[in-house]
Amino acid sequence: MHTARNKGRFAFGAAAVGVALALSGCASGDPLATDDETAADETIVIGSQAYFSNEIIAEIYAQALEDAGFDVEREFNIGQRDAYIPSIENGDIDLFPEYTGNLLQFYDEDTEATETGEVYAQLQDVLPEGLVVLDQSPATDQDSYNVTAEFAEEHELESLADLSEVDVELILGGAPELEERPYGPDGLSETYDVEVSFVPTGDTTVDDLLAGTVNIANVYSADPRIQTEDLVTLDDPEGLFLASNVVPLANAEIADEIAEVINAVSAALTPEGLVALNVESTVDQRSAEDIAADWLAENGLVG
Amino acid sequence: MNWVLDNLDLIGRLSLEHLRLSITPILAGLLIAIPLGWLAHRYRLARGALLTSAGLLYTIPSLALFVIIPPILGISYLSELNVTIALTLFVIAIMARSVADALDSVDGNVRQSAVAVGYGALRRFFTVDLPLAGPVILSGLRVAAASTVSLVTVGILIGVESLGYLFTNGYQRRIVEEIFSGVVMVMLVALLIDLALVALGRLAMPWARRPGRAAR
Amino acid sequence: MNLFLDALAWIVAPERFEGSSSLFVRLGEHLYFTAFSVLIATVIAVPIGYLIGHTGRGRELAVGLSGAARALPSFGLILLLVLVMGVTNKPAAAFTAFVVLAIPSILAGAYAGFEAIERRTINAARAVGMTEWQILWRVEVPLGLPLLIGGIRSAALQVVATATLAAYIGLGGLGYYIFRGLPLGRYDEMLGASILVAVLAIVIDAALALCQRLFVPRGVAAGRTPSLRTAPARRRAMVETSTAP
Repeated sequence: MHTARNKGRFAFGAAAVGVALALSGCASGDPLATDDETAADETIVIGSQAYFSNEIIAEIYAQALEDAGFDVEREFNIGQRDAYIPSIENGDIDLFPEYTGNLLQFYDEDTEATETGEVYAQLQDVLPEGLVVLDQSPATDQDSYNVTAEFAEEHELESLADLSEVDVELILGGAPELEERPYGPDGLSETYDVEVSFVPTGDTTVDDLLAGTVNIANVYSADPRIQTEDLVTLDDPEGLFLASNVVPLANAEIADEIAEVINAVSAALTPEGLVALNVESTVDQRSAEDIAADWLAENGLVG
Repeated sequence: MNWVLDNLDLIGRLSLEHLRLSITPILAGLLIAIPLGWLAHRYRLARGALLTSAGLLYTIPSLALFVIIPPILGISYLSELNVTIALTLFVIAIMARSVADALDSVDGNVRQSAVAVGYGALRRFFTVDLPLAGPVILSGLRVAAASTVSLVTVGILIGVESLGYLFTNGYQRRIVEEIFSGVVMVMLVALLIDLALVALGRLAMPWARRPGRAAR
Repeated sequence: MNLFLDALAWIVAPERFEGSSSLFVRLGEHLYFTAFSVLIATVIAVPIGYLIGHTGRGRELAVGLSGAARALPSFGLILLLVLVMGVTNKPAAAFTAFVVLAIPSILAGAYAGFEAIERRTINAARAVGMTEWQILWRVEVPLGLPLLIGGIRSAALQVVATATLAAYIGLGGLGYYIFRGLPLGRYDEMLGASILVAVLAIVIDAALALCQRLFVPRGVAAGRTPSLRTAPARRRAMVETSTAP
């Protein structure tokens, strides 16, 4: 299990494969494989999703910790939840910016919680041993269904429930896996009795909505284009989506050491603040590093 | 061009990373392909089996191989070893055939002359067959290298950082310059490796003047 | 082996054969991407390749451009083209990238096929009074066919594997399952789809191999095997070893 930790040190080549094969008959999610040295290790390994907004938050964590005197290693851009969770569970990664609702649903697919406090409380119950969440931030970045302003006006749409009255074919766009998520097409059908077909529009979902390829788009609520493109986020009275606040997921062994620094960051990160960070990335095209440094300075969290 | 100028250090760092990720599979693949190619050249039965399985391997999408290797070998999903192993396999798939063809092309008379002057099998292979097959092997390796450099980018989808980061990140943020600079740098890395291979070929095979031109 | 059994079970599960994203739909899309791109690439590359092969000019330029095209990362090119051409032109963006991918092998097959013909044969044709046009159509094209189809075969193999990337921009194809399975951690789905891509590649390759036999004139077919064997291996290697997916 030494392989994931140090991307650079794999020179053993084929030999390592043999060793890895011999050592681990089973897959890498084995909790027993947790390395005891991790705790004593001074370096805090911070991961991030392959999502620019998540990477900015991770970079903020990293710079805040560096300023507080910690040694930090960045393992950014490591794909999707199913890919990186095992590495957090086995201690390869110590800290990761997460989202309460999506993380809760990962561990408990059938959860009934939808409201912020409820989601956060339940999340703490379902996390496996060795993992904790620090304070959640007021900033949210949750899935939401959006339509264009014209479409909303034309069909008098305010809430997802109104969609069942619409007489044109409804096409939902989003990430490919949305098709299989509890809040995807099936969830819409069960909760709101709305039938949609699905197109995996991926990273260009908003563009596809504007171009008319789809007429409903799954957009993260902190996406600045909801405002700039005048999209209408449909209300969700039945709680199809879970509230999803930004929350630091941490290895229990280091959580106490870093809590003060990271909780201060979470408290300072507001919903509007998160949208502003995203604007700096997509509109001003600044690097995560610069955005994080400025944000920390503006909020008086470094120095 | 603003984005490029503001992010020169990121582009530079990713290019070096990309270069490093490309070189290992190219070299490892070549080293493994030489004995396999020899087997295919020497034994008819091995030829069928080897070249067929190489052909099969070749049809598997690279992303699929990246994803399937961790559960099969029991390595971490985050390890760059996944990309290294998968790309090594692709290089082997191309080069096993190339090496076999190259050895086939060595003049039988030359080989027999070597036997006649008392060369043993091993000595003959390393001092006669392999050098004479060299230019053909090199031209195969250049194709394999170009493809490897391009495929490294797909590794970003499983979190292995390379110039591919500029593709996915640029696509998310809709920054055309970011993707474009990634494409250009991938081609530059490929060119660099190609020039290095040609130069190495000239050093190792001074008798084969202009192997590259003759090959392509 | 368990994983492979799971993947096979995934392929034959009844839900694969129903609904708007059934296997047949995805398989059809994948085949369409491949066939259409290779067709366009053939239409572009063959005349140029024949011109180079017949006149012996422009070879260096073609080789240089092909080399550059081979180094062009398809993944980046697709994403770049989507941003530049706009989301309503996603199919055009993908096809462009696949055509660029397919051209070098087909081009090389076209001119290498001509170059492999012995000079004596061409001179003989000229001696019996054939015009340049007749030499082209009645001597060079038929004799060059085996290597040309070889080039098309390797182009098809490359495109069929690379066409999985079309799903990254939401165009479907068999890559659809791979890109959906990745965030969901569904290894059976990803492996199952990959197996199908490989099977599709083998079927396409076999079909083209059959063409190679059927469309090559009998006189050429007779001399084909030995001539391929003894043809300069370097040239053969170039046509047949293609870049991997």
